[in-house]
Amino acid sequence: MASGPAAIRFSGVGQVFATGAGALEALRGVETSIARHEFVAVLGPSGCGKSTLLRLVAGLLRPTRGAVEVFDLKVTEPRDDIGIVFQKPTLLPWANVEDNIVFPLRHKTGRVDAQDRERARALLAKVGLAGFEERLPAELSGGMQQRVGIARALLMNPDILLMDEPFSALDALTREEMGFELLRIWEAQPKTVLFITHSISEAVLLADRVLVMSERPGRVIEDLAIEIDRPRGIETSNDKVMHDYVGHLRSLLLKRAA
Amino acid sequence: MTMSDTSEASSSNAQREEGLTWRLAARRAFHAPGLLPATTFILVLLVWEASCRLFEIPTFVLPAPSRILGGFDSIAVARWIDHVWATLRVALIGYIASIAIALPIAVLLARSEILSRAIYPILVVVQSTPVVAVAPIIIVALGSGDLPRVVITCLITFFPLVVSTTTGLMATPPELIELSRSLRAPIIREITQIRFPYAVPYIFSALRISVTLAVIGAVVAEFVAADKGIGYFIQFSTSMFQVQQAWAGLVVLVLLSLILFQIVTLAQRIWFPWSLPKERT
Repeated sequence: MASGPAAIRFSGVGQVFATGAGALEALRGVETSIARHEFVAVLGPSGCGKSTLLRLVAGLLRPTRGAVEVFDLKVTEPRDDIGIVFQKPTLLPWANVEDNIVFPLRHKTGRVDAQDRERARALLAKVGLAGFEERLPAELSGGMQQRVGIARALLMNPDILLMDEPFSALDALTREEMGFELLRIWEAQPKTVLFITHSISEAVLLADRVLVMSERPGRVIEDLAIEIDRPRGIETSNDKVMHDYVGHLRSLLLKRAA
Repeated sequence: MTMSDTSEASSSNAQREEGLTWRLAARRAFHAPGLLPATTFILVLLVWEASCRLFEIPTFVLPAPSRILGGFDSIAVARWIDHVWATLRVALIGYIASIAIALPIAVLLARSEILSRAIYPILVVVQSTPVVAVAPIIIVALGSGDLPRVVITCLITFFPLVVSTTTGLMATPPELIELSRSLRAPIIREITQIRFPYAVPYIFSALRISVTLAVIGAVVAEFVAADKGIGYFIQFSTSMFQVQQAWAGLVVLVLLSLILFQIVTLAQRIWFPWSLPKERT
């Protein structure tokens, strides 16, 4: 669907970790690329190296073999144009919501000006939390905290958004709601999204493409384009086509597990 | 529930209700903060006083509370203040010096596994050395000023601060450290803006323990060599067989420790309220 140059490219990426119990091969021969403004979900069993994939793009890890490129530049260290949303919101418990959103700036540059705070408030409104600036994270629900986490990741207006099972700690309803919220934000302000998830239906509902990984050492065993019209919404969840995709992916994953 | 029309039943209902309110009030009073411990404390004092009088326990074995109270009169208030200040000064200087040394060392230990493996055993050895036994040696080495007493106080307060702060610095969620690294933020900001605030609950639990240890350190130092301070006063009093006086000194020490402990607790509540264990509001 999206066109133009690749935002992210994996070429022959292998990752081996040295652990106390010996070498652990997390990834082997990962070969794929993600176009600019494409929404790609990564599915796979636990411990298949999905998170490793994300950390390689973030520049938090160097691949043992092969190369990861972002906008045709080999990733050797973290870049400024990437935002990360973690599984847990991991907000600073002592800082209010607004301070949490501007935290990356304060942390990187050491200062925050009125304009940044203005931007933070706009982002907060965008994730549906206008008026919550002064609250502490402990006063928010899990879903609201993760909204703040998303706003924090968007602060630097990154081209690429890396999301590591961002909704997996939420209850089912909130989770679905957050998915639509994310789509709304993404459609209003397109970004390249790499979205790690355990949920097949979440992957199909949100993504342009679903990559399925094998168990360790992780490889891409399926690269499935999801051709469902956008904007997607609650009706999409009941769509027959969506059920076909979900069924196909489920049988694929179950067959591998058996 | 069915309503009864007879006046008898309603009056007995009213009675029952009254009894219930009364019982609720009693229960609430029973649960009033501080009431139970205060009652216990007063009871213990009464039993103590009564047994001392009843069994005619000699004062040098156990003076009655009333006699201990009399012990306070044995020296002038100005002398008391002198003694308290001498002990408090050493305890506080030693405590603050200990914090100033312990925090940077904790940062080093948390940052480097090699350093941690190299230094930690030495810390354990130092901690395992009984302070009471080293105190005379330190006094001989460093003379008779405040310095040796401060060093002794440092020695006794240092270990819990280092261990607890190190644990706190390591307890930061790994995601936040990844966030910091993904921003390529200077390491000093990772420490000041993420790791240290996360360590605050750990640091404060050590600060609370250490402040009472600081008083112990100051007193131990005074036992060895001093001409002032509550520790000195207790030793002097016992050598003169003024046991009730020594007990008065002991009471002052306990109060001093309790007050310092409460000040540290209060400081956390005022400046770091988010670091306290969750109380749903």
